[in-house]
Amino acid sequence: MSVPILNASGCLDALAAPAVARSLDGFVTKTVTPLPRDGNPPVRIAETDVGMLNSIGLQNPGIEAFVTDHLPQLAQLAVPIWVSVGGFTAADYAETCAALDPRPEVAALELNVSCPNVEEAPESIAELVAAARAETSKPLYAKLSPAVPDIAELARAAETSGADGLSLVNTIRGLALDERTLAPRLARGAGGLSGPALKPLALAAIFACRLATDLPIVGMGGVQTGNDALELLAVGACAVSLGTVLFADPEAPARVRRELGDAAAAHGFASAADAVGAAHTARGEPALVRDQPKVSV
Amino acid sequence: MGAYTLLRVERGGLEPGIPGQFFMLSPPGRLLPRPMSVCLAPPGELAFLLEVVGPGTRALAALDSGAELAVFGPLGNGFRLDVGRPLLVGGGVGIAPFPYASEALGGPRAVLGFRSAAHAEAAALVPQAEVVLEPTYVTECLPGGEWDVLACGPEPMLERVRALAPTAQLAWEAPMACGYGGCYGCVVEVEGRLKRLCVDGPVLEAAA
Ligand SMILES: Cc1cc2nc3c(=O)[nH]c(=O)nc-3n(C[C@H](O)[C@H](O)[C@H](O)COP(=O)(O)OP(=O)(O)OC[C@H]3O[C@@H](n4cnc5c(N)ncnc54)[C@H](O)[C@@H]3O)c2cc1C
Ligand SMILES: Cc1cc2nc3c(=O)[nH]c(=O)nc-3n(C[C@H](O)[C@H](O)[C@H](O)COP(=O)(O)O)c2cc1C
Ligand code: FES
Repeated sequence: MSVPILNASGCLDALAAPAVARSLDGFVTKTVTPLPRDGNPPVRIAETDVGMLNSIGLQNPGIEAFVTDHLPQLAQLAVPIWVSVGGFTAADYAETCAALDPRPEVAALELNVSCPNVEEAPESIAELVAAARAETSKPLYAKLSPAVPDIAELARAAETSGADGLSLVNTIRGLALDERTLAPRLARGAGGLSGPALKPLALAAIFACRLATDLPIVGMGGVQTGNDALELLAVGACAVSLGTVLFADPEAPARVRRELGDAAAAHGFASAADAVGAAHTARGEPALVRDQPKVSV
Repeated sequence: MGAYTLLRVERGGLEPGIPGQFFMLSPPGRLLPRPMSVCLAPPGELAFLLEVVGPGTRALAALDSGAELAVFGPLGNGFRLDVGRPLLVGGGVGIAPFPYASEALGGPRAVLGFRSAAHAEAAALVPQAEVVLEPTYVTECLPGGEWDVLACGPEPMLERVRALAPTAQLAWEAPMACGYGGCYGCVVEVEGRLKRLCVDGPVLEAAA
C-alpha cells in the first residue's frame, strides 16, 4: 500500500505540463468557480526568505468552460482528477458540484473554503460543505486554513456536514515589502504564504484534526523532501500534496516518493503507509487505535 | 562582463533552445528558480548574462566555478528567425538573448543602450553592435528604413519600440515562480486576454 502523492491545487497545470501530472497519483485542478475570473492584477508572486507569497486571486475559466474544454483534455492524461471547487456563497459551491457530479472523469472534489486571496463566503464551513454534499455523491474533501483559532472544530463541522476527507492546509495571509521603497511587493498588498514556513502550521493542523475526526487527510504545506512528507504522515495525513516545491523542481513527485520510501525505511517502517499516525502512537495516544483512514485515488 | 556577470554552465544533454527562450536557474539557498535568457550556446555549454538586482541573482553571480546548478528548460517561445531585415534593439541586461540571436541571424545590425560605460562592456558579446549611452535612449537612435525589429529591455523601452515598429517582436519580463505554466504568477494582458508570459511568451508580437 503506497502513499498517494498529489499536487496542491493551483501549483500545476496538467495541460501545460502533462509529464509532471502523469508522475502524480492524482491531479488536483486549480480552484474552479461558477463564473470565469481574471484574478488579481500583477505583481502576483514574491519570494521571501522562508516561503513565497501569491495573490493569484482564483483566476479560472469558470465551471462551464472547465467542463466543456478542460475536463475532456484532462481525462486524456489517464490520471485520477480531483477538481478544486471555490465560490463566494453556498449556492456557488452547490452549483459547481452539481455541474461536476455527473462527470465520470472526476474522481473527487476538493472544496476550497480557505482561499486567503478572496473575500470569504459569509456562510460557515458547515453550510458550504452541506450545500456541496447535497449536490454530489463524489468523494468530498474540505480544504481548511490553518489560520483559525480551532481547526479541530472546523474539521468536526466538515465531517458532520458530510465531508469524506480533509485537505490540510491552505496558505495563510502574509506580506512582503520591497527592500528599497518599503512598498508591498504584491499589487494587492497581502497574499498567501506557502512553502517551508507553512510546514509547522500544517503539522499542527493535521495533528489536531487527526485526533478530532476519522476523516482521511491529504497533507500539504512546505513539503520539499521525503522527510517532510514522512512528518505529515506521522501526524496523521495518509496522502501528501506538493505545491511550491513543484516550481523549482518539476521532478519533485518522483524524488519525494523515492525519498519518502527511504525515510520510512530509515525509521524502521515496512512502507511509508505504516508511518501514518506515528507521531500519535509515539506519544501513546489511545485515540488512534481505530482503523487508519485511506485516501483512494 | 563589465557591470554584468556571464554565467557559464555545462549543459550535458540539454537542448539550448532558440534565441529568446529562457531557462529557470535555481540559486543556491533560494526557494524559487529565476528565469534567465539563453545568451550563448556553444557546444556543450549554456551561458547566461545576469545583472545582480536581488537575492537570487546575487546567489547566482556568487557561484564558485565548478559548483552544481539546477537549470530547467528551454522554456517559452523565442524569436521568429524567419525575418528578412533583422535589427536587434536591446536595453541594459535585456541584451542577454542577443549574442545567441545575432549568431542565429548571421550578425545583423544591433543597437544596444546602456546606463554606463561599465554596463556597455557587455556589448562586446554582440558583433558590430552600435552602443548608445544614457541619457540618450536606443529608441532615439534607430536607423531609418524598414526593419524587422527584435527587442528586449525594460518595459518603457519596449513600449516605445512598439509605437515605432508595429511589426517588432518584443521579449517581455514578468515575475515568474515556475516558468512552465503552473503558478499563474506571470500573467499579462495581450489583446485584452490574460496570457501566461512563460508559456505564451516571453516573446510577443508588438501588434498583439
Ligand atoms: C523570460 C525572462 C528572461 C530573463 N532573462 C534575464 C537575463 O538574461 N538576465 C538577467 O539578469 N535577468 C533576466 N530576467 C530577470 C531576472 O529573472 C530577475 O532579475 C531575477 O529573477 C531577479 O531575482 P532576484 O532575487 O535577484 O531579485 P528580486 O528580489 O526578485 O527582485 C529585485 C527587484 O527586481 C524586480 N524584479 C524581479 N523580477 C523581475 C522581473 N522578472 N521583471 C521585472 N522586475 C523584476 C523586483 O520587483 C525587485 O524590485 C529575465 C526575466 C524573465 C521573465
Ligand atoms: C501560486 C499558488 C496558487 C495557489 N492556488 C490555489 C488554489 O487555486 N486553490 C487552493 O485551494 N489552493 C491554492 N494554493 C494553495 C496550495 O494548494 C497549498 O495549499 C499551499 O501552497 C501549501 O502547500 P505548499 O507549501 O507545498 O505550497 C495555491 C498556492 C500557490 C503557491
Ligand atoms: S511562471 Fe508560473 S505560470 Fe508562468
